[in-house]
Amino acid sequence: MDKVIELTNVNKIYGTVVQTQVLFDLNLSFEKESFNSIIGQSGSGKSTLLNIIGTLDKATSGEVIINGVNTKSLSKNNLAKLRNKTLGFIFQFHYLLPEFTALENVLMPYRINNEKVTKEVLARADELLDLVGLSSVKNNLAVNMSGGQQQRTAIARALMNQPEIILADEPTGNLDSDTTEQVYELLREINKKYKTTFIIITHDRRIAEKADRIIEIKDGKVYVDVSKTV
Amino acid sequence: MISLKIALRFLKSSKAQTFLIVLGISVGVSVQVFIGSLIQGLQKDLVDSTIGNSSQVTVVNVDDNAYIEDYMTLSMQIEDSNEDIENLTYSLNTPGTLIYNSTTEPVLLRGMELNTVDGIYDLSGKVTSGRMPSADYEIIIGTSLFDKFNLSIGDNVLLQVPLIGETSLTIVGTYDFNVSTINDLWIISNITTAQTILNSGDVVSNIEMQVKDVFMANEIAVDLQEVVANSNYNITDWETSNAELLSALTAQSSSSYLIQVFVTISVILGITSVLAITVIQKSRQIGILKAMGIKDSQASLIFLSEGFILGIFGAIGGVLLGLGLAFTFSTFALDANGEPVIALFIDPTFILISALVAVFSASTASIIPARKSSKLSVMEVIKNG
Ligand SMILES: Nc1ncnc2c1ncn2[C@@H]1O[C@H](COP(=O)(O)OP(=O)(O)OP(=O)(O)O)[C@@H](O)[C@H]1O
Ligand SMILES: [Mg+2]
Repeated sequence: MDKVIELTNVNKIYGTVVQTQVLFDLNLSFEKESFNSIIGQSGSGKSTLLNIIGTLDKATSGEVIINGVNTKSLSKNNLAKLRNKTLGFIFQFHYLLPEFTALENVLMPYRINNEKVTKEVLARADELLDLVGLSSVKNNLAVNMSGGQQQRTAIARALMNQPEIILADEPTGNLDSDTTEQVYELLREINKKYKTTFIIITHDRRIAEKADRIIEIKDGKVYVDVSKTV
Repeated sequence: MISLKIALRFLKSSKAQTFLIVLGISVGVSVQVFIGSLIQGLQKDLVDSTIGNSSQVTVVNVDDNAYIEDYMTLSMQIEDSNEDIENLTYSLNTPGTLIYNSTTEPVLLRGMELNTVDGIYDLSGKVTSGRMPSADYEIIIGTSLFDKFNLSIGDNVLLQVPLIGETSLTIVGTYDFNVSTINDLWIISNITTAQTILNSGDVVSNIEMQVKDVFMANEIAVDLQEVVANSNYNITDWETSNAELLSALTAQSSSSYLIQVFVTISVILGITSVLAITVIQKSRQIGILKAMGIKDSQASLIFLSEGFILGIFGAIGGVLLGLGLAFTFSTFALDANGEPVIALFIDPTFILISALVAVFSASTASIIPARKSSKLSVMEVIKNG
């Protein structure tokens, strides 16, 4: 199968005076349409890795290749475009824009690069909100929704531009276990329906085990990497 | 355009803050509009009271003892030469001594063309008792002189002109120019009286006129020299002979500019600091937007737009406030006669410029916050939750 993401010899060192190396010579690749989970102890470097994959952060050395393109060679504007079109982020603290409604938040990734919201686009946003079960509160301001609703809005937003890859950093970190279950069901469904590649960081082994592949990071290195054979 | 929409939403979502900035800009602009109108009004007042009732461009003979003989044709040529020339009149003047009973005073007899004299001097309006001269040998004199001689209307006085002799004149009225040097000196007759006394024939001492834009007087005077085309005649203008007044006006203008520069600077500083705080307040949002793929230029455009929008509203508010202030001032600040203490001068161009300066300043002020927003990295935001 095609590789959608490839990391070769990725190192990350934080700090200039006091240097801490967080990632050590990581070599990883992710297949198209796969559903991956990353686990590991707190401080092991999971978020650092995900942020580097998402081009939010830069590797100190090594290559990050997305869809065959080395991200090193991209300008800031092209990186922004890549994030807008190819990548979708779901963070632990959902990060909605509080000044905007749920629907407007979902539309935001589209509006960043398009002048007009067409009927079709609006229909798609509605469909996504429906998918995450938020049709009834779509015109609420983000601040006026519950944590779970906000997290589901963030998921719908990540899907808006039909990205090939979704990167999620503990997307259910502050949700109760029932809601957590629902959210994972939802992500799985999206993975099947839209063929989106998922890389999800989680603390929850139970959840991780539902993924096609589990990568455990320990002290900045790949400690375990198991794939389910289908 | 998404930047503009985000900017609008940011402003809308913190209404109190937005209102305060707009108010700040408005106050700055209104001070500019008000002070500017006040100073321009003051200047107009000053110019008006100084040269409003006097000749602004004057044609005289270079030789003090000689006259202008072809004044009729010359006047027509002058009037035809420039549309900005108005209120042309002429007079024949001679110094002399006024004698009544045992009192004598030096005076200047001004034989004026009574049909056109009001254009410049509004002489009819300045008559305080009696009437304007209408026949030969009739004069009006200043109120102060009238009192000094203890005269009554209808009295005859003697005017002694050196080398000529004495002539009897009849007082038919008094005038008040509100300027003591004029009130004490001028006695005014018609032009033929002066011509007869001087036995000069049909001549005048000077041709006097005003110009539409008083600050063009010098330029027009220079042009007239060519029209007159006679080196015996000299053309003077108020700007050259009142250099002091002119430099006072210039000083006043520059102090007004200085006030405006400082107001503008304080507006810029105010907006810069408030917008800088806004960037920090909104850094989380900027980080999210950048993670979603907003370009750095779009991120900075958000704050430039905010500055621009604040500038527009501030300018509108400021102009309204300034005009309101001006209106209140000229309605309620009245002197004893019920006239406004200072007549404000509302100049639309000046107000438009003040408004544009505000919009420009507000936009400029947002450059620093905009750059900050452009440089903000997603990681900083994510790390800080
Ligand atoms: N900006 C930074 N400067 C210095 N050290 C950093 C910085 N960001 C992260 N680190 C360090 O890098 C290491 C890995 O951090 P990271 O956030 O990737 O861990 P994590 O695996 O996501 O942990 P958690 O499960 O708690 O989220 C930690 O030791 C952290 O202290
Ligand atoms: Mg983490």
